[in-house]
Order: sequence, then structure tokens, then C-alpha cells
Amino acid sequence: MNAQRNTLAVLVDNEAGVLSRVARLFSGKGYNIESLAVGTTDDPRVSRITIEVIADEKQIRLLSNQLRKLICVHSVKALKPQHAIRRELVLIKVLAEDFGQRNEIIQIANIFRASIIDVSKSSLTIALIGDESKAEAIQNLLKEFGILELVRTGMVALERGQYTIDEQTKEKGEFDYGKNVLREGL
Amino acid sequence: MKMTGARILLECLLEQGVDTVFGYPGGTILNVYDELYGFGDRIRHVLTAHEQGACHAADGYARSTGKVGVCFATSGPGATNLVTGIATAYLDSSPIVCITCNVSAPLIGKDSFQEVDITGVTMPITKCNYLVRDVNALADTVREAFAIARSGRPGPVLIDIVKNVTAERAEYEPLARREHGTSGRLGELMSRYDFKPPEPDMDDIRKLAAMIKESKRPLLICGGGVVRSRADREFKAFAHKIDAPVAITLMGAGGFEGRDPLTTGMIGMHGSQASNIAVDLCDLLIAVGCRFSDRVALKPDTFARNAKIVQIDIDRAEINKNVETDHHIIGDAKRVLSLLTELVPEQIHDPWKKEVFSHPTETHYDEREGTLTPGQVLTTIARLCPQDTIVSTDVGQHQMWAIQHFHFDYPGQLLTSGGFGTMGFGLGAAIGAQVSHPDKTVVHITGDGSFRMNLNELATEQYYRLPIINVIFNNGTLGMVRQWQNLIYQQHYSQTTLDRAPDFVKLAEAFGLSGFRVTDVTQFAEALKYALKCKHGCVIDCAINIDEMVRPMVGGGEHITNFMIN
Repeated sequence: MNAQRNTLAVLVDNEAGVLSRVARLFSGKGYNIESLAVGTTDDPRVSRITIEVIADEKQIRLLSNQLRKLICVHSVKALKPQHAIRRELVLIKVLAEDFGQRNEIIQIANIFRASIIDVSKSSLTIALIGDESKAEAIQNLLKEFGILELVRTGMVALERGQYTIDEQTKEKGEFDYGKNVLREGL
Repeated sequence: MKMTGARILLECLLEQGVDTVFGYPGGTILNVYDELYGFGDRIRHVLTAHEQGACHAADGYARSTGKVGVCFATSGPGATNLVTGIATAYLDSSPIVCITCNVSAPLIGKDSFQEVDITGVTMPITKCNYLVRDVNALADTVREAFAIARSGRPGPVLIDIVKNVTAERAEYEPLARREHGTSGRLGELMSRYDFKPPEPDMDDIRKLAAMIKESKRPLLICGGGVVRSRADREFKAFAHKIDAPVAITLMGAGGFEGRDPLTTGMIGMHGSQASNIAVDLCDLLIAVGCRFSDRVALKPDTFARNAKIVQIDIDRAEINKNVETDHHIIGDAKRVLSLLTELVPEQIHDPWKKEVFSHPTETHYDEREGTLTPGQVLTTIARLCPQDTIVSTDVGQHQMWAIQHFHFDYPGQLLTSGGFGTMGFGLGAAIGAQVSHPDKTVVHITGDGSFRMNLNELATEQYYRLPIINVIFNNGTLGMVRQWQNLIYQQHYSQTTLDRAPDFVKLAEAFGLSGFRVTDVTQFAEALKYALKCKHGCVIDCAINIDEMVRPMVGGGEHITNFMIN
């Protein structure tokens, strides 16, 4: 099976130590996390982690299964690229020492629907929202001006349509079984 | 009532019905031990020689009783000494709660004396772990820890409490165990999953019942899950109703009676010919509480290649992990098996059984005049010891011989480190078992290599007057490694020969126990008879030939019937 970039969305308890519990499952199995984004959801007790790794389908299934076992994990979904919207925010600080360069950079930014969020005498900072192809394209164009710094937030993703990560599928029920029996442990 | 964190901890242990704690004190856990001073009549503390021994003892207590085992250790080295014990419990799904104390909150993160991030260290080997920094959260944390350790697929949980929390005071209200799910964090955790009561899916069960009806050559695997769920009776009823042969994994020993006519013996690398050949020939394989480890499904692609494979497990993450299956049922083995047994009509599979049982279910080892063979030692133990004797083992050849020769009758009768293969597990586990079963005979079967690893616990055995019988298979080598060197590494016996101290008889005497050196079966029987009568611990050092091998053997990664030796 071919290894490709995969997006995993994970709902977790918003608590200390949870991120390292999740991250170590990847490092412990030798996977490099290509992209990572974490933030709280509409419920402040719950955070959503979006992780991208390069792995094949079977490996992703095993990784998701191990994630689902953790007590701090509520649900996991592997998002298929064709059924998901993925976005990240990229901030790029570009060298712009004269009026002509500034103008050119602003034009490029406009084409990409990026916004200029900071200007100084010798630099411009651009904010761009998009997926990796858009970020790569603008990077290529700005390279010749001189990129001083670049930072990305990490990809966040949602499934298209009305589907959500919380869907009660048979499989999710089976994973919850192991946690649900907590009451029998009393 | 307001009380200190140390007191709250002990009160919470009483809520859980904890009667015994294994442990070792130290600087940061002093407040807890100070409080324990006044709890002597309610909580028995067993002081071991080393924290690893305490952890194995808690594990042995848990495996033999089915209850949660508890151990205490101090910060730093005390905590890290538990690590091997925790990993052992994790790999074999044994419910233990380890309580460690860490340095006080202001000292955390400053490389303080005896400070270690033990929650970080144990993250990959616990079901869950906690660092308690607020005395008000302590009671809820302990309640949650116990519920998690024993529920679902059991396993170890660690609670690390910073020292100042054990001294600080908080309000504590006793809460009966059944109420624990109604409040605090545990209540929240449980409300998240209360959309349906934990019941196996009936459609899945009906589907398996239909598959059983169609099968002409069904085979069952009894795995560790049957033992953990104490589902031995349900398993037996099911096996007999569908008249299927039963192969037993190392961890499944005791889940199905070893003397039952349907038993094909152990399965896997050192499995019997009947078991391994049956796996290859069956048309339906039903594995109960078995994760198809690489010592069972040596070559996953060809494992049960002619069969539809069905997995029954409580842990969904085990499905299709090592072997691709055709069907699975999620649930507690006890519940699934009883529902299933009701549904399936009685079956008879005489031709299939005849075929399976035409192959040996046990290994026959030659006996030679004037020497002591592993088989002689083990059959003598089986003959002289009561039938309900608890057997603990270390890891290596003696472990495999013990499993091959004994017929285990009930869950918790065999205590052995299967998944993690921890040499030095046996004596600690035997202590845990003997403490919780003072009226039963406990035999610790070990090798000279394994025994050396944790023999300091002989002091614990002596001090608490535990009549554990330690039988050392002394072949002067790391036998299992030597066997591999012999068969796979051109007899390069690199660093496996143990021609060195100690003299185990003198050693036993130095610890205040009786020691015997035996070289033939009569001497062994005499020594064992004495050990069974004397009511104190004994060490019997058995001289075994250095080249004895465990048979049969299938090489790692090989097809299950490619026996390297028969």
C-alpha cells in the first residue's frame, strides 16, 4: 500500500498532558508528525487536535485504533482528502526595501487573497489562508524578494457536508465499549 | 471531615476494599507511611526488598485474586524501579494501581533530589496515569484510577502525588464504590458514554452462530481474556456445546481445564503438534480474548489460512491488529460466550476431533537413568502437590516446560509473564499469591538465570513466613537463549553459560530458608515432600542437563506447522 499524507482529527479532554499522550503514539511508532494544530472546540472542556502524518491505510487504521483506546480521547476520524476541507494560516515576512518591491509584493498578495498585516521600512508581513499548494505557490513567488521568516499554524480540517467527528457509528460504539464498561469497574 | 491527603489516600483504598499493599518507603512518601502506622489493623503492608518485587507482588496478587493489586513507592529511583513491573502488568492486562509520591510542588522541575517525571516515563506502559497537585482532587483521582484499572481490558494505572499534597488537608466524605460513577470526574467520564449499556451486539452474535452451524472443522483459542474475565465456566459450556477442540495460549492457561478431552494443548512457538496443526486445518477459528501475538501467530499471513477467523475481544483495537479477521464481536468474554452458547444448537464433530487428536497434545520427553529431567521434576510436582496449587514462573525454558506439563484448572492458577517476558517476575508474583492465598500451596518454578535476577525477595518470603517452594531448574545456562544459539547461531554460546556463584543451598540458608540440591528424581521427591510439610519457604536446586531443549519449536516468523524440532 502506498504511504500518503493523511489527516487525523482527534477530540480530546482539554487537560495537561493530553497532547503528549497523543503525540507519543506517533513518535513511539516512528512516524513524523508533518503538521499539528490544537485548539479548544465550542465546548471548552474539549480540544480538537488535527494531525497529519505520512502513512498507508493500514498504518492509519492501527494509529487511529490506538488513539481511540486512550481515556482522554473522545473520538477520532481519519479525513479523506477528497471529502475534507483543509486550511492553514501562513505568515510570511518578506524583505521589501523600496517602493517598487513593496508594490509588487502587494500585488502578489492580492492575487492570492492574502492580506498585508504589517509594514515596516524594509519589510512586509503577509497572512495567507489556504492549503499547502497555495502556500507553496506564493512562497515560490516571494522567494526572489527574500523571505525573512515564515510560520504556519498547522493544518486544520473539517469533513464536507453534514457529517461530523461525533457520528455514532457501529465502530465508534465498539471502541466506546471498552470505556463504557467503566461502570462495571465500580 | 477535613483530613490530610495521606489519610484521604488510605481511606480511598479502604473504599476500594484494598486489604494488602506491597511497597517500599522513602523520603517523599513518608507522610503516607506515617498515616499507614495507624491503619495497620485495616491495611496490611508487605515490605519487599526492592520496588520491582513489590510491583510483581501486586501483579501476582491481582492475577491470583482477580482484584486490583496495589503497590507504594517513593519518588525517583523508587518510582523507576517499578517500571519493569508496570510494563509486565500492562502487556498481560493485569489490574494494578501503583502509588508513588513525588517531590513537593515548589521543587518539581528543578532536578531536585530523587525527582523523576514518572508519569512521563510510564505513559506508554499504563492504561492511564495521573500527577496529583491538588489535595481536593485526590479522592476523585484514586476512585477513577481503580475503576480504570479493573474495567474493560484491565491494566496498570499509576498515581503520582506531590509530597505537599499528602500533608495538606481537604474535606473528605466516604463514598461507597457503586456511587463513584455519580460524581466528580468519573461521573463526567461515564456520562460521556452512557448512550447505551455495554452489551455485545446481538446481530454479531447471531452471525457467528450461523458460521458455527456451517463449520465442519471449528477450533477455539482460549486466550488471556478468558482468564481475566474469569469466564472459564462459560468457555467450557460453549466448547462442549459446539464440540470444538480448544488450543490454549500461554496467557489462556487456566481459562480452560488442561485435562479436558477437548484440549489440544498450548499453541504457538512451543505449542503442541495437535494445536498448531489444527490451526492450519480448521475451517473456522474462534479466538476468545487472544491478540494473536507474534508467539502465537508466528506468521500472520498464513495463520489459519484455511479458516474464517473470528475474534471475540473487549478491546476493539485488537481487532485486525496482528491478523486480519473475517468477523468480530466486542464484549466481555463471559457475557458473549453465555449469549452465544444459548443461541447455537449442539454440534458433533467426531471426524474432525479424531483427525486433530491423532497428533500429540503434549510433548514426551525422554527420561535417562541417573539424571534429573525437566519432565521428571514437573510430573513429581504435579503428583505430590495439591491439585489447586498456584504456580508462578519466571521466563525461559522452565516456563515452557511448566506450561507443557501442568494441567491448569482455573483462572489465576498460573502466574507467568507472557507478553513482556520478564525474568525475575516469578518470586514477586508468588509472594503476592501466597499473601492472598495463605491456605494454598504456591510453587515458584524458575531457572538459575531468572532466579538470580530478583532473589533478594527470599528475605520477604522468610520474614512473612510465606511457605513458597522455589524450584530452580539449574542447567548452568540461560537455557532458552542457549537453545536458540544451538539451533540458529551455530552453537556460539556467547555469554549464556552461568558457571558461577551462588551456591543456592547456602544462599537459602543465609536467608533463613531450607535449601536442597537434588540430582535425581528420588532426591527431588524427598525434598519436595519436606517442603510441603515444613510450613516455611524452601529452595530446591535441581541439576538439569545443560543441553535440554523445549520441544517442539517453530522459529519466529515461520509458518505454524514448520517445526524446527519435534
